[in-house]
Amino acid sequence: MDALVNALYAIPIVGLVFQFAGYLVAIIPPISPIILRGATPLALGGMCGVVSERSGVVNIGIEGTMLASAFTGWVVGVALAPVLGSTPIALFGITLPLLLALVASLLVALAVSYLHAWLSITVRADQIISGTIINIAAAGVTGYLNTLISKNSPTSAGSFALFTPPTALTNLPIVGWLFNMVLNQGPITMSMLVLVVITQVMLFRSRWGLRTRAVGEHPRAAETVGIDVIRLRYRNVLIGGLFAGLAGAYLSMEATNSFQANMTAGRGFIALAAMIVGRWTPVGALGAALLFATFQSLGQAIAFAPPGGELGVLMTAMPSQIYDALPYLVTIIVLAGVVGRSIAPAADGQPYERESAT
Amino acid sequence: MTPPVATPAGRSAGAFARAAWAAIALPFVAIVMALVVGALIILVSELLVTGRPFQPTLPLTAYQALFVGAFGSFDGLVATFVNAAPLVLGGLSVAIGFKAGLFNIGAQGQFLMGALGSVMAGVAVATWPPFLAIPIAVAAGLLAGAIMGFIPGILKALSGAHEVVTTIMLNYIAVGVLAALVSGPLKVPRSPSPVTYDVGNAAYPIILGRDGHLGILVALAGVAIIWWLLYRTTWGFEIRTVGANPEAARYAGMHPRAVIAFTMTLCGMLAGLAGTGVLLGVSHSMTSSFGTTVGFDSIAVALLARSNPVGIIFAAILFGAMRAGAGLMQIQAQIPVELVDVVQATILLFLVASPVLRALFRLRGVQTELGSTDTITRTYGGEAVR
Amino acid sequence: MTHPADSSLSPGLSPTLAPALAMRGITKRYPGVVANDQISLDVRPGEIHALLGENGAGKTTLMNVLYGLARPDEGQILLDGQPVRIEDPADAIARGINMVHQHFMLVPVLSVAENILLGEETMANPIFLDRNEAHRRIVELGRRFGFEIDPDVKVGSLSVGWQQRVEILKALYRRARILVLDEPTAVLTPQETEEIFAVLRRLAQDGHSIVFISHKLYEVLEIADRITVIRRGKVVGERIPTETNEDDLAELMVGREVQLTVDRGISHPAGVVLEVDGLRVKDDRGNEVVRGVDLEVRAGEIFGIAGVAGNGQDELVEAIVGLRRPAGGRVSLGGTDVTGRSPRAMNEAGVAYVPADRHRFGLVLAFPLADNLVLTSYYRRPYSRGILRDDAAILRDAEKTIERFDIRTPSATVKAGTLSGGNQQKAIVAREFGREIQLLVLDQPTRGLDVGSIEFIHRQAIDKRNAGTALLLVSAELDEILEMSDRIGVMYRGTIVAVMDGRTADKNEVGLLMATGGAEHGADATEGRTA
Repeated sequence: MDALVNALYAIPIVGLVFQFAGYLVAIIPPISPIILRGATPLALGGMCGVVSERSGVVNIGIEGTMLASAFTGWVVGVALAPVLGSTPIALFGITLPLLLALVASLLVALAVSYLHAWLSITVRADQIISGTIINIAAAGVTGYLNTLISKNSPTSAGSFALFTPPTALTNLPIVGWLFNMVLNQGPITMSMLVLVVITQVMLFRSRWGLRTRAVGEHPRAAETVGIDVIRLRYRNVLIGGLFAGLAGAYLSMEATNSFQANMTAGRGFIALAAMIVGRWTPVGALGAALLFATFQSLGQAIAFAPPGGELGVLMTAMPSQIYDALPYLVTIIVLAGVVGRSIAPAADGQPYERESAT
Repeated sequence: MTPPVATPAGRSAGAFARAAWAAIALPFVAIVMALVVGALIILVSELLVTGRPFQPTLPLTAYQALFVGAFGSFDGLVATFVNAAPLVLGGLSVAIGFKAGLFNIGAQGQFLMGALGSVMAGVAVATWPPFLAIPIAVAAGLLAGAIMGFIPGILKALSGAHEVVTTIMLNYIAVGVLAALVSGPLKVPRSPSPVTYDVGNAAYPIILGRDGHLGILVALAGVAIIWWLLYRTTWGFEIRTVGANPEAARYAGMHPRAVIAFTMTLCGMLAGLAGTGVLLGVSHSMTSSFGTTVGFDSIAVALLARSNPVGIIFAAILFGAMRAGAGLMQIQAQIPVELVDVVQATILLFLVASPVLRALFRLRGVQTELGSTDTITRTYGGEAVR
Repeated sequence: MTHPADSSLSPGLSPTLAPALAMRGITKRYPGVVANDQISLDVRPGEIHALLGENGAGKTTLMNVLYGLARPDEGQILLDGQPVRIEDPADAIARGINMVHQHFMLVPVLSVAENILLGEETMANPIFLDRNEAHRRIVELGRRFGFEIDPDVKVGSLSVGWQQRVEILKALYRRARILVLDEPTAVLTPQETEEIFAVLRRLAQDGHSIVFISHKLYEVLEIADRITVIRRGKVVGERIPTETNEDDLAELMVGREVQLTVDRGISHPAGVVLEVDGLRVKDDRGNEVVRGVDLEVRAGEIFGIAGVAGNGQDELVEAIVGLRRPAGGRVSLGGTDVTGRSPRAMNEAGVAYVPADRHRFGLVLAFPLADNLVLTSYYRRPYSRGILRDDAAILRDAEKTIERFDIRTPSATVKAGTLSGGNQQKAIVAREFGREIQLLVLDQPTRGLDVGSIEFIHRQAIDKRNAGTALLLVSAELDEILEMSDRIGVMYRGTIVAVMDGRTADKNEVGLLMATGGAEHGADATEGRTA
């Protein structure tokens, strides 16, 4: 067996690939909580895409929605912290300003999604153009206000804290790291896991899910049995907006305690790719998000635990910018490899015109 | 622009004026509305955020500074043209994508790679005579842009991966590659900050005022070539057919996959040429933070011009002027330059909601569609092109 | 479920009973047309009432009014004698009116049960569906009307005949009293039609009122208790089947005497033009749907392919014209092997093709008519030199073609999308027929057209045949195949199961072959239901 391994290692390229796989297996358990944190905004964004597109509305404004809610969460916290104080009132270091900031960020996400819903459902504009405008507008408005506000160097309201799981659980052999991965997290990451499961079950077992899938595939058929296609699409885009809002709040209130211009850095689009790769299901989107997040965390992993051997030499010699670009590259490769076999809802992106009741 | 098949011989002046109004009424109203919204945002943010004494006329001060900065002097005017030149090429890049049913959000990455290509070549030939150095640097920029466009094009053609996702990803990859190269192999040794050598003789010559470089003419030539290509050649007919109905294009014996790969490559070349222009005409060398908002402004330009090559010139001048005047606005009215992004997005918002605008202002007989953008979403989500 | 009628009453003889449905003086105007002009219609309980009219006569508009999809400008609807306003489909369903649309309103990726439940869900609790109860009710309903159905099968995998049953079950699940069927037999074999008719008769006996929309004369004569004929939005007559005949109905429907069958004359077939040998083709999902087709088409004959839609005809045609690469086998044209050649190469070899879906393939609706007329020849002289287009030449020839084929259009530069369906099809026919060709492939050439356009296209096709062109005609309308073809091949599950003489072919025999593939394929018939 060892001889076989050595033989494999000896082949130049194959050896490197083999070493890399071995490195991944070794490194994933210790960095798994980081991976899950990286996956949180991607999975939430992906779910925004799932509920919206399952009803037939393409939403590429996820990025802008996230950015708007991240900014709101931060700025409302900044405004309220001096007034309301910052004494934790519950687990996870939740303070009153943080809680209100979270609510505000979700409301803004709802408002932005409503705009997208109005443009793509009522005005029947091209949905990709509508989403693009939301992205440009969100970047512009948050950038403008951020510049204005940052002049006064404001103090942040802080962020949600991580839960520390009991070591009895995390030290269990073999599965301990899984507990650590799931439990050594903040409230939004944990909620994400629950929401993924709930959304998955609802989509395939509930009345809402059945109607959503029917409307996304064949809206006219749904209308002929008395379903209000327009209303259902509005509702789904808004529910999706809540997911994207949570993703944005995660960025400025759980992952960090600050806001930077364009801090979403394309996560909304990676989320979109996660949705496609995950075949328009919540669980699939989470899986794809974990894959992308793994590569996102690789740069950090190499900094604190570089692999040994020639692979280690090679990987530490690479400029750090290459690791920054890695998740985007992986997204392209996976998308190109998977997309042909992942089929979108049939009516995805098509504006619906009510069979005129005039 | 109606396709050239429709050319009735004589048209009266009145009919011409009506046609002209029909074409520009909507963008005009959208721009005015966006400026109003921008003014409201200025006022509201003054009240809520900055805590300065409230000045109700601040928006006027800001817009006046914006206008003066862009058109108030010869140098300002030249700056507007210099800013508009890459937007014309970038706008053409996005527009020709629209014509083929593609949404090239990757103009930013193609722009960066075009600049990177021309700086690498330009530095290498910096001491050659200009008539050799400039074409070589331009060709390198075109090639780099072409590669950046070809990748999403071929991916879409072969696997159906939608260009909206792949080109955005490539934008970030371009930033990474550029930063890695400029702070690594291309860096001037012992320089305190990451910067490349100057392109020397490969720089575009100045043809107008103090800063007006050759790139302005290159952009105008680009408009003429793209218009001719789209409406006077069979290639253009194929691009437009694939955009309007890929199934019919296949039936007609065209090859939609090849047309898509070719068009995306062309998109990349145009955006790359925009980057080349900024590098050879303005910065002459590259820092690791090289990059402007050209890529995203280009989308706005193409949408505002409804993908019409001639309209793109005017849309680019508008946005170029905003960028050129934004500096003076920030100095005189203390308004962050990002206000331009807000106004730009608002213009697009009103354009995309054009049916509403039309009803509101009773703009009868006015074209409302955003050009040929209605076909972009169709291929979304992996319906592989055959 | 209430059954207002005593089902033992013979439906045609109960004039005193209040009609289950009465529409009085319905008028519906659309910009530029009056789709329904003072239409009145009575349907008695337990009656099968046929609504007969051409495409575009206003049948569908009338039913959309009834179903709440369109609001009438004038007129009144009465249910059991009570005037009602029907706001939307949900309202119509609540009042017991259900519609089986011509294009099925089924979601292919959902199961039979999910399709039936949709909009009328049986719930286990306020959030989740009760699948077991739903399954039980569906199976029971099916049995009551004479068929067994598996509620878990995806609708997309069912044959059209079974999809139709799902549509009917959907209505029954909603306790429909009045059932409207819009052209229900358009895509069925004669045998499937008989089976559906049996179901409909059973429903009528059960007290349901049925409105049967059709333009097929012999069908309404067979199934209806009464027939109302409409033309150009007006009621032009009411008949009882026993007191009328096909010629009478045809004249009412079209407004003039019509020749029910085209006089195709005698064919003089010459040498073989198209030879297809063991051709195998896969569909988009990679399933082999053409499994070894052999056929020959000779110069000067029309070879018709009969078959239920979805038996591989589309893929066969696409492989012949070059749009789809075959997985195996050979296609030869005039003795030359042309297997796997591109659409353009086939076009240049003298193959013309009128596609089934003119909006999807045949035309670019956003382009001027002139550009559409050169869609397959734009790249050659005189329309271009090198890559340079010659717009003057394109326009000049377009004007000639418009005149020659009598395309009704304001000019050659209007967008193709603004023309009527008939004129759009004429434009395609003009482009494809108007040049020297060896082989003409017609895929559903008359679907959705009015009688005038159908006659025009059939006439043109026969002229081409008489001029020595080989024609391959594919149609889901068996009547069209029987009328036009000199020889008929029946396609079943990817193979041609029989070839017969077009003059002597018996409709029922062809239908049986379409449905079962014949004796040697009989074993497949049972699984054919889910194929």
